[in-house]
Amino acid sequence: MRRKPLLQSEMLQGTLDMLILQTLILGPAHGHTIAHAIERGSEEVLQVEHGSLYPALHRLEDRGWIASFWGTSENNRKARYYRLTPAGRKQLAVQTGRWDQMVRAIGRILRPAAE
Amino acid sequence: MSWTRFFRRRHWDEERSREIEAYLEAETSDNIARGMPCEEARCAAHKKLGNRAQLREEIYRMNTATFFEGLWQDLRYAGRSLRRSPGFAAVAIASLALGVGANTAIFQLLDTVRMRTLPVHRPEQLAQIRITDPKNMRGSVDSDYGPLTNAIWERVRDTQQGFSGVFAWSGTGFNLATGGQARYARGLWVSGAFFETLGVTPVLGRLFTVREDRRGCGSPGAVISYEFWQKEFGGETGVIGHKVLLDGRPFDIVGVTGANFFGLEVGRSFDVALLLCSEPVLQSQSVLDQGSVWWLSAMGRVKPGWTMERAGAELAAASPGIFEATLPAKYPAGNRKDYLGYRLGAFPAGRGVSSLREEYSNPLWSLLAITGIVLLIACANLANLMLARASAREREIAVRLAIGASRIRIMRHILTESLLIAGSGAFLAIFVAGALGRFLVSFLSTEGNELAVDLAPDGRVLAFTAGLAILTCVLFALAPALRAGAAAPESVLRGGGRGLTPGRRRFGLRRALVASQIALSLVLLVGALLFSRSLRNLLTLDAGFRQDGILIAWVDFVKLGVPVDRRVDFQRDMLDRLRASPGVDSVSDVRFLMGEGSESNRIWIDGADQRRGISANFNYAGAAYFKTLGVPFVAGRDFDARDRVGSPRVVIVNEALTRALGLGPNPVGKRFRREVTPSDPEIVFEIVGVVKNTKYRNLREDFVPIGYYPTAQNTRPTEGDQILIRSNLPLSALTASLRRTFGEINPEIAFEFRAFKAYIGEGLLRERLMATLSGFFGLLAGVLAAVGLYGVVSYMVARRRNEIGIRIALGARRGQVVALIFRESALLLAIGLVTGAILTLAAGKIAASLLFGLKPYDPMTILFAMGTLAAIAAAATYLPAQRAAQLDPMAALREE
Repeated sequence: MRRKPLLQSEMLQGTLDMLILQTLILGPAHGHTIAHAIERGSEEVLQVEHGSLYPALHRLEDRGWIASFWGTSENNRKARYYRLTPAGRKQLAVQTGRWDQMVRAIGRILRPAAE
Repeated sequence: MSWTRFFRRRHWDEERSREIEAYLEAETSDNIARGMPCEEARCAAHKKLGNRAQLREEIYRMNTATFFEGLWQDLRYAGRSLRRSPGFAAVAIASLALGVGANTAIFQLLDTVRMRTLPVHRPEQLAQIRITDPKNMRGSVDSDYGPLTNAIWERVRDTQQGFSGVFAWSGTGFNLATGGQARYARGLWVSGAFFETLGVTPVLGRLFTVREDRRGCGSPGAVISYEFWQKEFGGETGVIGHKVLLDGRPFDIVGVTGANFFGLEVGRSFDVALLLCSEPVLQSQSVLDQGSVWWLSAMGRVKPGWTMERAGAELAAASPGIFEATLPAKYPAGNRKDYLGYRLGAFPAGRGVSSLREEYSNPLWSLLAITGIVLLIACANLANLMLARASAREREIAVRLAIGASRIRIMRHILTESLLIAGSGAFLAIFVAGALGRFLVSFLSTEGNELAVDLAPDGRVLAFTAGLAILTCVLFALAPALRAGAAAPESVLRGGGRGLTPGRRRFGLRRALVASQIALSLVLLVGALLFSRSLRNLLTLDAGFRQDGILIAWVDFVKLGVPVDRRVDFQRDMLDRLRASPGVDSVSDVRFLMGEGSESNRIWIDGADQRRGISANFNYAGAAYFKTLGVPFVAGRDFDARDRVGSPRVVIVNEALTRALGLGPNPVGKRFRREVTPSDPEIVFEIVGVVKNTKYRNLREDFVPIGYYPTAQNTRPTEGDQILIRSNLPLSALTASLRRTFGEINPEIAFEFRAFKAYIGEGLLRERLMATLSGFFGLLAGVLAAVGLYGVVSYMVARRRNEIGIRIALGARRGQVVALIFRESALLLAIGLVTGAILTLAAGKIAASLLFGLKPYDPMTILFAMGTLAAIAAAATYLPAQRAAQLDPMAALREE
């Protein structure tokens, strides 16, 4: 059975944004790197249809959370790099906080016996 | 979405494309590094990325305001597709421009005469002060607008409580020429508070004040209108202090009013205003102290804190005192009770006064209805054209649907195209309305009585036009849009537009549209026929007098200062001189021409009971009046030298009077008494002649009883005369010769000429307007209906090509094919005519009041209109039917 790309169908709106911001906290990266970093970081659970990354990048840049510049990649190719802006850093903190809260809340509901 | 990105969206599109390209390269080289073959590596990279086009689109859409973007695209697309079918576009836009333009023009005129308020300060506070129920008014009535005498006005001015200011005015004409051919300025007599109360300010100089308006003020000056200032003085700023000659007397110009102030009468502007107290300077017999000359109209501005009702109630309460104090000494005893019972009231006057409003409201509403129907027909026509266009584009739409266009988008697209058509039509309509509006105004203007209305479109008119455009757009575009949205692409593409006979339902709408076009056209055609027949009735009607070859001369000899007792002789000598002029057949003077005024009194047979009397109309006429107008004598004699001031009073009566009074077969020599008037006691008149009936006030009314007094027995002749001259000379030669004669009599005599026939014709303006315009619109409706029918029948023939081909191949004769087509159009015609006849009968009531000499349910007219439409329908069907009959069956079937 074909696995559906999770990012497309099941991930919550805004989750992808958060993952991108988190990836960029380590330093500037271009789209290809970001896509693979997310896949690897999730131990291949989050299969990204890499294309969906670009509209998200566009949206984040539009909101001023990331900024972009053209640079040269590790194997000497031209690539568009993204870096986190201070506003993006703040946004990441907010979103991570909210996410943790939600995960705890859902966890309490799903495993009440553990108490 | 940021606007900078919106405007740089193309740049961003390129940027992202490059970025994605970079991704693909990176991914491919990674894959190769992992050991994939080159082709496979590229494929895997693409797969990983997903749908590129969709990606680009998604980002692009993030950068746009999708709705506006789509609208702009749709507009451009609509523009392109209209350019590709210029014929359709031209017909569509032109018919809308005509329809909307005609509606706008009529609405604009209605707006100006009915709805606009006066261009003065706070017009809603203005109230007309008039007698609420003025019955049995005696004396001479010289105002159309709530007439008052000067005595009543002065009393109101001095005693009223409810108004912060009151004023009176009266319209008149002032001769600007010093002698010879007269040239009249439109004049106003105004009281001192006129401008102040209205809140009108001068652009130059000053306006009148209350303090100036005192009896015996002489000639303190004249206020002129902006228009007159421009026309007569070229807008010269040094005009203040200049003199203007009015009826030969000099007046200092003291001020000029603002450009937008035209006076209080909608449709009639003013040139010069003089103070009421100057009236005795110009009139040898001042009417200021004549208690039975009703010549003023009055208005007031309601006091702050007062309502119009309260001000009116206050006036009514003060009325007994006012009328008690002003009752003229010689007021006829029988009417004193009426006079003392008059009550004044206050009536809203923010929109000014207008006889135009009363006279033309009905015709204008009717015309608006007519133009409304024309617009409906144009819409039906357009809807039909759009439907035809939509079916021609069925495949295009099906393809677009099949490759993923949304139905909403397709519908929006058709609506946009309609919007473009409606918008262009409405834009052009503004010019059509302007032209038609000017035509209407010039149509309603008569010589020396120009219709002065401001035709600059105001917000209401523009809103009306825009509303119409949107309405039409919805009307003609909705059906095609809904239909396109509901199209089933599979069946259209499979059918390929051929082989399938179009469903009844799909074709039904177009047929219904054509049938309703025919129905509405019938209504308009019947209307046009009724109005033109009504006009014809009036034109060919026997008014009792001849109209051709007669010239009217209005004469004013006030500058000569002829004393009252010598005026009759002066007039007689003048007539004798004119009679001796070369080419003149006969000459007579007369008091009232038709439409100029009337005089009526109660009369009864001398010696009989006064209560068995009748109300009769009177006129003053010279000897040869009946000869000049060709009115035959039934019995008795014409006026002659025996009839003069001091001799027994005589009268010539018409047959209607002898019948009404019951004078029997030999009325000549019988005598009747005339009631007391404010100026005369009871007088006995002897009938010396009987003439045939003639029309009195207008052509529309029935023959009424008329008595003619000889002008030679007029005890109060004026310093002017109204003369009818009959001659076989051409008009220009006659006027030239008469001008010379007047000059010889005295160069200071002022005169003005007018052809009698043209003068009488002016009384039929309303009828002429209705006949001309309804005729034009009826024709337009017929043409539009023909176009619609032609379109539908042609379409039907095209859709049934195969069927017809098979019929012909199987041996149908050409005649049978033609009959088949004609049957189709006859059915539509029949449905349309029946519906139309019902509508016509329903609409007849509205037109009834505007018709003369025929009923709105005139069967001949309706039948004739039906016949005309049938002929139009036959003509419209003939071409497509011929085309069907000429069809080559092989060619038609081979296409299958």
